[in-house]
Amino acid sequence: MSKTRSPTKPATISLGRVAHTRSGDKGNHANLGVVAYTPTGYEFLVRELTADRVAAFFPGLGTSRVERFELPGICALNFVLYDCLAGGASQSLRLDTQGKLLGTAALDLPLPAPDNLLQMERP
Amino acid sequence: MIVRIANAAGFLGDNLDAPRRLVESAQVDYLTLEYLAELTMSILANLREKDPEAGYARDFLTVLRSLVPALEAQEQLRMVTNGGGVNPLSCAAAAGAILKEAGVGDVAVGVVTGDDIRPRLAELRAAGCKFENLDTHEPLSSLAAPIVSANAYLGAQPIAEALAGGARIVVTGRVADASLTVGPAVHTFGWKWDDYQRLAGASVAGHLIECGAQVTGGFYTHWDEVDLAAVGYPIAEIDEQGHCVITKPAGSGGRVSRETVCEQLVYEIGDGAHYLTPDVDVDFTQVTAEEIGPDRVAVRGARGGPRPETLKVSLAYRAGFTASMQVLCYGKGAVDKARRCAEIVRRRLEDAGCKLARFHAECLGAGEAVPGLNARPDAEEVVLRLSAADPRREAVERFTRELAPLATAGPAGLAGYAAGRAPVREVFAYWPTLVPRDAVSTKVDVRKAREW
Repeated sequence: MSKTRSPTKPATISLGRVAHTRSGDKGNHANLGVVAYTPTGYEFLVRELTADRVAAFFPGLGTSRVERFELPGICALNFVLYDCLAGGASQSLRLDTQGKLLGTAALDLPLPAPDNLLQMERP
Repeated sequence: MIVRIANAAGFLGDNLDAPRRLVESAQVDYLTLEYLAELTMSILANLREKDPEAGYARDFLTVLRSLVPALEAQEQLRMVTNGGGVNPLSCAAAAGAILKEAGVGDVAVGVVTGDDIRPRLAELRAAGCKFENLDTHEPLSSLAAPIVSANAYLGAQPIAEALAGGARIVVTGRVADASLTVGPAVHTFGWKWDDYQRLAGASVAGHLIECGAQVTGGFYTHWDEVDLAAVGYPIAEIDEQGHCVITKPAGSGGRVSRETVCEQLVYEIGDGAHYLTPDVDVDFTQVTAEEIGPDRVAVRGARGGPRPETLKVSLAYRAGFTASMQVLCYGKGAVDKARRCAEIVRRRLEDAGCKLARFHAECLGAGEAVPGLNARPDAEEVVLRLSAADPRREAVERFTRELAPLATAGPAGLAGYAAGRAPVREVFAYWPTLVPRDAVSTKVDVRKAREW
């Protein structure tokens, strides 16, 4: 985190700089949709936003595995976080039984800063 | 030619004024009202057990009353709803009475049944259907708990049939959300049931509008840029190719943009190459969304493959009782205070010989709403939320009695008991499974409102 490559450029950016998100539930699983603002940003996310990175960002959910699906037509990635809802809408004792917060939370997910960030930010 | 299909209810409990406001501000051919989330069926089934006439979305009746003037004024307007829940026939009877009383007893109401397979479970199991749990792969025979509901997700076919039979209002039970839109589209254009490209396009339209305002600015990352108080509900303008334009009534709040549409496209999906509905296997991967005007987004590129030979079943069983309660903890060390309160409650229950199957404490405000993220141990104002679940109702009731004593026998700096004791709710657990399509037979019945 603290290793900056140049004085002006931070080592990481948050996902929210290059994409917007939405999450929801299917039984005890949640999905996290990540939509890039630009095609360049999408290429960056395909490269950097791996299922492992998403899994590592949510360490406390009890997720068994994360699977990633690509939706190139709308420049989006979809992640399914299996078994992450502590029982799901019917049985979970958590406040967020449906994973509704995961999308907003993921906006803070750190990614290595790209060189061409300007081409990825919201137009 | 296009068909204009709107949605003005995305779940049971959605804004009751939205349907009337929508039809007053836009002329649409079809108004869809979607009321059934995964677990809504079991809640409705539980109501039906207490009253055989209950078990449908009563919100629909309130909405229907408000729509009578529009039904009279707008000849083209038709409605499709899954508000029939586990009791579409009673729903139709109640709707018929409302229409008759309002002087429009000639309106034709169609009812779709056949989704409720609970009465047929024994027969289907005897015929070899194992109802294997899609997550755990266990057969249904391993489940000892009472089953409260079992409904197959029907598709668009019976809806189109009801419309062809002259129905102006179609009431269904469990139907796939997207099919509420596909049915009217097929009826309008006369598509064949193996015209997968067009069915896929209409399914994407249905998926986009099925959650109401979630595609028009609700639940949107940039929520701060839109007026949500007056949010307009969505309209899908579908053409004969199955392409659509998503829009909303002129002058309404909210927004329809590439961003709002894409966020909804990815909502609650799995593998985007195979979005399965009872009508078609939809491939979202080449779908595009393009802004073609203010609050107008053209969506195309959906591809379709043959529909699955099985239907998804939403099956729910009784799984005990649950309750949640909360209290505000204030001041320096608020997080410690909250944890101590949780410990006090847990110990008092234990000392009383009440061991709960599950007990969970969350310090909301200390970074526990998403466990493992944003810990704020120094927060000076947190809400302690305690939850419990147990097979025994009395154990959960005992749990709910333990919050109030903290007022006088807990730490200083607590507030928020005014809400009273938390209600104990029954838990309906979900058993996702499949049934062969040909094991389910649907029935469509269209009659004048006065004849229901």
